[in-house]
Amino acid sequence: MAAAKTRTSSFSRNLSAAAPSQGPGLKCGPNGTVFLSSGISDLDKILGGGFPLGSLVMVMEDAEAPHHMLLLRNFMSQGLVHNQPLLYASPAIDPRGFLGTLPSPAASKDEKSHKHDPDQEKGLRIAWQYKKYFGESQLNFDGQRDGKHEYSNEFDLRKPLERHFLSAQRVDCVSIQDSPNLSALQDRSATFLSQYPRNDGSISCAGRIAIQSFSAPQCAYSNMEWDMLSFIRSLKSMVRSSNAVALITFPPSLLSPSFCKRWQHMADTLLSVKAIPDEDKELSQLLTGYQDMVGFLNVHKVARINTQVPVILDATTFSIKLQKRRKQSTNHHKNEKPSEMKNRIHPYCIVHKVVAYPSKPLGEPDRRWLLSYVKWESLRTQSNLLY
Amino acid sequence: MNQRSSNLLDEALGLDQSIEPWPLRGRIVAIEDQVETSGSFVLHHILKRSLSPNSSNVSILIAFSQPFSHYDRVLRKLGCNLVTQRDNNRFFFFDMLMLQCPGGDEGISPECGLIALYGKIYKTIVALPEVSSKNVTIIIDDLSLMEVAANGSSDYVLDFMHYCRTLTTEFDCSLIALNHEDIYSSADRPTFLLQMEYLADILIKAEPLATGLASDVHGQLTVLNKGMNYRQGSSRNKISNFHFKVKENVVECFYPGSQG
Repeated sequence: MAAAKTRTSSFSRNLSAAAPSQGPGLKCGPNGTVFLSSGISDLDKILGGGFPLGSLVMVMEDAEAPHHMLLLRNFMSQGLVHNQPLLYASPAIDPRGFLGTLPSPAASKDEKSHKHDPDQEKGLRIAWQYKKYFGESQLNFDGQRDGKHEYSNEFDLRKPLERHFLSAQRVDCVSIQDSPNLSALQDRSATFLSQYPRNDGSISCAGRIAIQSFSAPQCAYSNMEWDMLSFIRSLKSMVRSSNAVALITFPPSLLSPSFCKRWQHMADTLLSVKAIPDEDKELSQLLTGYQDMVGFLNVHKVARINTQVPVILDATTFSIKLQKRRKQSTNHHKNEKPSEMKNRIHPYCIVHKVVAYPSKPLGEPDRRWLLSYVKWESLRTQSNLLY
Repeated sequence: MNQRSSNLLDEALGLDQSIEPWPLRGRIVAIEDQVETSGSFVLHHILKRSLSPNSSNVSILIAFSQPFSHYDRVLRKLGCNLVTQRDNNRFFFFDMLMLQCPGGDEGISPECGLIALYGKIYKTIVALPEVSSKNVTIIIDDLSLMEVAANGSSDYVLDFMHYCRTLTTEFDCSLIALNHEDIYSSADRPTFLLQMEYLADILIKAEPLATGLASDVHGQLTVLNKGMNYRQGSSRNKISNFHFKVKENVVECFYPGSQG
């Protein structure tokens, strides 16, 4: 960010912190970065605020489940709600049709006043003295919501996004199926990103690029591994110098192992999603809230822009749940028929730390199996629950 | 600056004795890291040391992975101002973020691509006044992206490295290059990686801990220093192994279990 500026003293004032003039949906982060929301507020919290502008986010898909679409949809919807321009590329023939499936922001602010889920409370009870810090950070988080636009919305996955968000001419859709090479997509991205160059002044608007299933086999270039890599590299370089975030999802199984690693190295923020087997009895006994889980989310890498310090999370595996939440409570809801109640609840995506809470004492094989199945540090921190 | 506390990394690199003459003079340092554990902090550390105020070293940073603003901020927190050093002609920054060599044989033409880059480096070194032209550090961040820029032609990148190697003998430059080890782990004979390891005088590997990352230990470093201390009769190859924790202003290095 300080590229053009020549500051000669290390002790000069941090200008970006002094003048936090930003457009809607943006938030100051550490080291002079500015965050935008992923569209899932829990994920934002995990990542320390969201996706920093100028970063490349990559999501490794699971071939068996479409959970990456959840991340993609929320990411795109959040941008549209904030009136941020969007470039969407997909291997579908008609990418614009996908916009009709984007979720709509659901709850009003007041409804979110309940902050702690019961699960969360349980986790906090272990270290009750941290509660006050937690509350504080939550307060900061909510402070952002006082403006007209909230930093991050909750999205009702059953309700399509209202048309007026889509009719804005700032949505650009590209089909990457037919193009024999990547130059067309590269040009579109370059044109898109050139509208939001990075300068030291205030950031009025931030762009989002969403590319779905980049290496899908139906794309003509899917066997040109070096070309794809070089596209990602140039996209990353362009994004770095603009106020935008690019999110690419890709099926890693279709890439050779060596290229898969190269892609992972490219990413600033690297996530992966995994399906949960449907009727896994053993797992359901081990994990609390198993019924609500639809998948796992792994955080492999968190963007570190302008810093050399890695972000170490206390857990890297999270469960994706679709929480069904009752809409604004009414006075007479006790008298409602169950069918009516059903209409009043809406699913939205939350991301939770995986809590292992076995209903029976674990034997050694079970424990080993659990550790290999969910091979994560989160379990180490909660190992007191296992014994 | 005199009471600079040397750490294990400095010791392993031989930077703890003196900074003038530059201990890495004429040597090639290869840094290898993985997706989970970035080794770029070693680059920053060496860059900071080479730009230390009581030496006359010159550094050339060939950046494929990050823009100048990133290095500027990182190094400033380490106590080194790159803008000032650039103005003093002690630091040269080559922004290669958008470098793309044309494919096929066209890439071999001298006007573009890596050959042009080499020409630029050579000219920069030759243009330096005599006193400092002996202490030039060339830093490449990173080689895997250079391969991408060369459209996957690793031979082309290796040629470039061999050219740069001549600089280490001709001008006693030191050459520091970062690469990613795990990219090559699936190949049965990773020529590119093996050649780099062969060329290197000092090989640094940054790896995650087998037990996963923790907030107080970010990973472990293995430093293989070929031909160090042999005058004093000790072994030619010195291997150091220690844990590290990266902070904004310093890298803490310590032996396993000796922390806190």
